[in-house]
Amino acid sequence: MASASGQTGWLGRLALAAGFTFLYAPILVLMIYSFNESRLVTVWSGFSTKWYGELLNNEQMLGAAWTSLRIAAMSATTALLLGTLASVALVRFGRFRGKTLFTGMMTAPLVMPEVITGLSLLLLFVTLAQSVGWPAERGMTTIWIAHTTFGMAYVAVVVSARLREFDRSLEEAAMDLGANRLGVFFRVTLPIISPALFSGWLLAFTLSLDDLVIASFVAGPGSTTLPMVVFSSVRLGVSPEVNALATILVGLVATVSLLGWWVMRRRELQRQLDMRRAQAQ
Amino acid sequence: MPNDVAVEHSDSVTPRVKLAIRRVTKDYDGFKAVDDVSLEIRQGEIFALLGASGCGKSTLLRMLAGFETPTEGEIYLDGTLINRMPAHERPINMMFQSYALFPHMSVEQNIAFGLKYDRLAKPAIRDKVQEVLGLVRMTDYAKRKPHQLSGGQQQRVALARSLAKEPKLLLLDEPMGALDKKLRTQMQLEIVDIIEEVGVTCVMVTHDQEEAMTMASRVGIMDAGVIRQVGPPHEVYEQPNCRMTAEFIGSVNIFEGTLAVDEADHVEIASPALALPLRIGHGITGSLGMALAVAVRPEKIRVSREAPAQPHNAARGKVVDIAYLGSHSILHIALPGDKVVIASVANTDRSVAGDDAERFTWNDEVHISWSEHAGVVLTS
Amino acid sequence: MGWGRRLVTATPYLWLLLFFLAPFIIVIKISFAETLIAQPPFSDLAQYVDDVLTINLNLFNYIDLYEYDLYLTGYLSSLKIAAIATGICLLVGYPVAYAISRLPEHSRNLALMLVILPSWTSFLIRIYAWIGLLKENGLINNALVGIGIIDEPLVLLHTPFAVYLGIVYAYLPFMILPIYTNLVKHDHRLLEAAADLGASPVGAFFKITLPLSVGGIIAGSMLVFIPAVGEFVIPELLGGPDTLMIGKLLWNEFFNARNWPGASAVAVVMLVLLIVPITIFQRYQAREMEEAQRG
Repeated sequence: MASASGQTGWLGRLALAAGFTFLYAPILVLMIYSFNESRLVTVWSGFSTKWYGELLNNEQMLGAAWTSLRIAAMSATTALLLGTLASVALVRFGRFRGKTLFTGMMTAPLVMPEVITGLSLLLLFVTLAQSVGWPAERGMTTIWIAHTTFGMAYVAVVVSARLREFDRSLEEAAMDLGANRLGVFFRVTLPIISPALFSGWLLAFTLSLDDLVIASFVAGPGSTTLPMVVFSSVRLGVSPEVNALATILVGLVATVSLLGWWVMRRRELQRQLDMRRAQAQ
Repeated sequence: MPNDVAVEHSDSVTPRVKLAIRRVTKDYDGFKAVDDVSLEIRQGEIFALLGASGCGKSTLLRMLAGFETPTEGEIYLDGTLINRMPAHERPINMMFQSYALFPHMSVEQNIAFGLKYDRLAKPAIRDKVQEVLGLVRMTDYAKRKPHQLSGGQQQRVALARSLAKEPKLLLLDEPMGALDKKLRTQMQLEIVDIIEEVGVTCVMVTHDQEEAMTMASRVGIMDAGVIRQVGPPHEVYEQPNCRMTAEFIGSVNIFEGTLAVDEADHVEIASPALALPLRIGHGITGSLGMALAVAVRPEKIRVSREAPAQPHNAARGKVVDIAYLGSHSILHIALPGDKVVIASVANTDRSVAGDDAERFTWNDEVHISWSEHAGVVLTS
Repeated sequence: MGWGRRLVTATPYLWLLLFFLAPFIIVIKISFAETLIAQPPFSDLAQYVDDVLTINLNLFNYIDLYEYDLYLTGYLSSLKIAAIATGICLLVGYPVAYAISRLPEHSRNLALMLVILPSWTSFLIRIYAWIGLLKENGLINNALVGIGIIDEPLVLLHTPFAVYLGIVYAYLPFMILPIYTNLVKHDHRLLEAAADLGASPVGAFFKITLPLSVGGIIAGSMLVFIPAVGEFVIPELLGGPDTLMIGKLLWNEFFNARNWPGASAVAVVMLVLLIVPITIFQRYQAREMEEAQRG
């Protein structure tokens, strides 16, 4: 049984090495050249951190980053709320009228081309503004709504996967011990699925932070997000400041993810150790 | 010289040896899952490897199938060394635990799968599939997918699939593991019938002693990577050669003691648990005073209200527990020295009220006794 | 249904009806409007003047799509580019997914995380990274000239090749994940059974593993193909002027020509083209969900 899994031949190792090189080499090159002194991103002329300095003095970039972070935090939170509600409805409530349409609307945003989503939301906002006077102008609110809508679809994928493998007898036990439905949800279900909620939130957050196309359609004056600024500078050519920004971003994401993985692994190892100890007694 | 193993000098009495396992060891980083095992399987027999989980029986079976290679030792099939032969080239087929039927293929396609690798022509494959389907009485289900079959039907398909290639050796891995108890008894006999009809040599692995006893002509008891005893089911049950075997198969009362009298036709053993000596009706070779154990099966113990006449193999005690099992009851009888003896009493009368003299109840004072041919001496 | 359940269902449901479904209906409506130089730049379909309801259905936006070669070629080349890129993604992604599913359990999670990690960083920046590599005096050309394989730098950037590369690079994780999820659930005893019945490892792969992973292949392919058809950033940054993709045409129609009804018509036709793949994807999602529910 030891050979059942853990069989990676040289061919498999080659596939993994090639795959990861392909995925990471461009990012690594990008990061290395963020420390290049020259403005020419392709010629190495010496180590320097001056582009980080320039990045920190770039008011437009910093302002856009702040806008993006605020929008991402808001939309991730609402996406988490709505996405969790939708997961509960889809996983737990059995069949109900309109469920097929509901499921369709929850999964379509995962694949819908961004230009279509962006254009259609903009036209909705324009129509609404004409007929009911809201939203009076486009800006952070409209981006927040747009990001919440596709964010909740991703949250639902993560959360409903966790809900489906959830051991229902735990909830039944809680009910048997006197908890009502709400009590069960908040005291048993929610704590157990909390890791899934966290990763769902994080996913919605990064997706919002990353979005260029949809935001470009629904943004208004004064709500320029970070990807929009990056895009307009990248369009003009390679810029070392963008390399510096990329390095910071990648570093942040990598640190958070690796930390999360490490904590999970530690917890799992501890659990195994505890179980072995308990059995030895 | 690998080819002249002690296989070929078969005379008219000893049946031909089909499979020979010679001092096989499987070592996983210092842990010996199978430890120096030697075994011979005869042509046409059903052999059961019986043991608790983790005893090494599955590893041994997987080495026969070719999924594991022995660290040391040799495996011969019909006199040919097959240690290094890959699984897909071995003329050995296996019925997997919970069957491993291919979910995307119909019953027919599952059975035809292996035949295609035998380079048979299409009509020949079709005929063979029909033949084995008939053998397991699944002809009407040929077009179904595995998930449309009941547990027993899936098992028949799995058996048909492994028999279709006419293997020289059939392996069964926990054949009844996925069935419920009632279906198990029925399928055990059915599978034995089919295997005997085909006449294929068969090695099975199971942790269920009842299954091994029902299906196999010979049983090998495995423990900690070692085969402790090999023999026909009744021999392994009635004449266990060690404590592990005695305790693993069925339940048993073990009395420890020392050899006190050694005569030609009997021996007597003094046990601290009993006031009277233990008498065994056959000689053993040993020196006086050596430590021994005597095993007595519960159904061989007589329970009575009157004291038996014999001056040995008897004791007085009190009933402390009763388990009513329908056909018989198990009595737990505490002897004066606190040793608890298990006795099985057949419920021969349909007694309803408590006035029956032979029905025992809690706290009854009873006598137990057994014949001098009931016990088995264990030296290890 | 109790009021609690109603509330739980209705909140996300209404949100999606308003912000996901309604917009499509409006897009369809506006695609029939006329372009005006006004704010907003399109005409009303229905007018209610003197107790008479007039509905103006303007089909010119669609006729334009048909008449200008630009759009027809745009649609065709989008579908072609997306299909080929999806195929390459599959060829690259399947072996990686397979290799990960065969790793020991603890390294599996780490490898999986390494696959996802790039997609958690900025999409835009990952595409941007290729500009520096593919430029005429970029790293790849410098390296190739340096070791003497070529004398003149190759034209790599602003070519269809760069667009394929960008799509494969950006969407590879979406191909690997569903295939991995499928492969890791496989019962390894099926492969043993195949070997036992005479199949070589390669034979067992093609007869057992590959057919059983079709679900994952379909899901992964749809996750790559559908968004790739409407991709804007990749053809804009890596493609040349001759790399026509419909996402870019829509963007230009909207932002540069300010032809909102025209852009809407482009979107409607794109949606119609994508209805089949989207339906396939949703079927697969629903089936996965049911299977998981049954345990």
